Amino acid sequence: MKSYDVVIVGGGPAGLAAAIAAKKEGIDSILIIERDNQLGGILNQCIHNGFGLHTFKEELTGPEYASRFIDQAAELNIEYKLHTMVCDISKDKVVTVMNREEGMVMYQAKAVILAMGCRERPRGALNIPGYRPAGIYSAGTAQRLVNMEGFMPGKKVVILGSGDIGLIMARRMTFEGADVQVVAEVMPYSGGLKRNIVQCLDDYDIPLMLSHTVIDIEGTDRLTGVVIAEVGPDRKPIPGTEVHYDCDTLLLSCGLIPENELSKQAEVEMNPVTNGPLVDESLETNIEGVFACGNVLHVHDLVDYVSEEAAMAGKNAAHYVKERYGKEVAKSTDVIDIKAVEGARYTVPTTIHLDSMADLLTVRFRVADVFKDSYISVYFNDERVQHRRKQVMAPGEMEQIILKKKALEEFEGLKTITVKIEKE
Amino acid sequence: MEKRELTCIGCPLGCQVTVTMDNGVVTDVTGNTCPRGDKYAREEVTNPTRVVTSIVKVEGGNLAAVSVKTKDVIPKGKIFETLEEIKPVVVKAPVKIGDVIVPNVAGTGVDIVATKNIAAV
Repeated sequence: MKSYDVVIVGGGPAGLAAAIAAKKEGIDSILIIERDNQLGGILNQCIHNGFGLHTFKEELTGPEYASRFIDQAAELNIEYKLHTMVCDISKDKVVTVMNREEGMVMYQAKAVILAMGCRERPRGALNIPGYRPAGIYSAGTAQRLVNMEGFMPGKKVVILGSGDIGLIMARRMTFEGADVQVVAEVMPYSGGLKRNIVQCLDDYDIPLMLSHTVIDIEGTDRLTGVVIAEVGPDRKPIPGTEVHYDCDTLLLSCGLIPENELSKQAEVEMNPVTNGPLVDESLETNIEGVFACGNVLHVHDLVDYVSEEAAMAGKNAAHYVKERYGKEVAKSTDVIDIKAVEGARYTVPTTIHLDSMADLLTVRFRVADVFKDSYISVYFNDERVQHRRKQVMAPGEMEQIILKKKALEEFEGLKTITVKIEKE
Repeated sequence: MEKRELTCIGCPLGCQVTVTMDNGVVTDVTGNTCPRGDKYAREEVTNPTRVVTSIVKVEGGNLAAVSVKTKDVIPKGKIFETLEEIKPVVVKAPVKIGDVIVPNVAGTGVDIVATKNIAAV
C-alpha cells in the first residue's frame, strides 16, 4: 500500500491552505484528493467579489481567491488527484479512494486532514408540501449551472431562504435576465450579510419578506407557482395570509450542512450543534492524527477564516507527523473544556490540552439570536476574565475570542472556560 | 428638499440612514452611528458605484463560461448597459486571470477582465 505523511480530503479553500501550511512545516509527502475536475472547491462558482479582504487586503472574486492558493500549491509541488472520490477513511487512517483511471486504491496516511466542506439543505429536509416538479434547485446548484456551465435554470424566480448564496443568486439571475420576484425568509431576520441584502436585493428592488415561507408547490411536470404565507412567532403559517406567485423556478437557500459521512465512518466524534467533528486546540479529532478544518468542521461566513483555520490544521498535522506519529508521545490527559451557553451556540474548539496550545488561540463561535448592545463574556471557572461590548451580533456572522496561553497557565485549577452573551 | 432612506453596509448593524438633499447637494445625514455611515450615504446618493461580476461564453475551453469582472467600480446606472455589452461576447480558450475581455465597457473607461483561468481542450 502506498503511503503518505498527510492525506487531505478535499481540494477547496480549506484543503489547499492546509496542504500549503503542512508543506511549509517541512512535510514533503502530501496528497490532496479532490472529487471535482479542478481544485478550488465552491470558490470556482462564487464569481462575485468580496473575498480576501482580511487575507490579501483587496477584494477578489472567488476564482481569483482560489487561484492564489492553487498557484502556491503548484509552486510547492504539492501532489493532488482530481476526479477522485474518497470512499472510506478507517480508524487507522487507511484512505480508500476511487477514480476512473486507477479504480479503487488505498493509501496509508500518517495524518489525515478532513476538508470536505459542506452541502446545502435540500428540499427533502424542509418539509414543504406540494408536488415534486422540475424547477426546484438549491441556490448553489443554480449558481453552478449559471456561472460555470452557462445554463439558466428558469425565467421567473422565487427564492426561499435569505442565506448569502440565495441573495447572491437573486442578483445573478437578475443579471442574466430572469425576473426574481421575492425572497421569503421564515425567520424574523435574514441569515445573510447586510451588504448582500443591500447590493443584491435593494439595488434591484427585489423584496425580502421576513417571517414568510413557502407553504405549497404547484405544477406536476414543471413548477408553475408557489404559495407564500406569513408565519407567526412559532414559525407556523398564519391562515389568511397566503399569496400565490407564478414562477418556473424556486431556489432554496436554507442553510448548509457539513459533509461528514467519511468522518463518521472513521468514528470521529461529532458535535450535534455544528454537525461537525469535535476538535481540540490543535483541530485534532478524537481519532489521533485526524484533523478537521473549514466548512466540514463548522460552517463559516468568510473564506478568509477558513484559510486561517485550515493553515493551523495543516501546521498541527505536520507537527503530529514529526513529533508524535509512531512515538510514545501522547497529549496530556489534563483537559480544559470550553462551553458555549446563554446566547453562544457552540465553540470551535471545545477542549484545550494546555501543553499543546499555541501562545494565542482563536476560539470561533456563533450566536443564537440577534443581540444588540451586548457583551461577549469569557469565564475561567466562575470568574469573568473577558468582557467585550458588541453593538450588534447576528447568527449569520461568526464571532471569535482570543485566549492567551499564559493567562490559562496562570489561572490555578482551571477546568472550564465558558463563553456567553451578556446584557451587561 | 429631497430625502432618501438607505441601509448602511459598513457593518452588520445596518443603520437606516436618512440623507437630505437640496438640488443634488447633501445638506444632512442622520441615523448613522459612525462616520463610515456618513461617508457611505454621501457617496451612495451622489455617485453610487459597483464592481460588476458576470460570465462570458468560452469556445474550446474546459468550461463553457469564464467569470469576469469590471476591473474597477463603475457607476451603478451603467450596470445593465455593461451586461448587455458583454452578453454577445464569445472568447477563445485559453483565458488567463486578468486578460482584458472587453476594453472600456459601456464607455466607463473600465475594462472587463477575466477572473478565472480556462485551459484550452
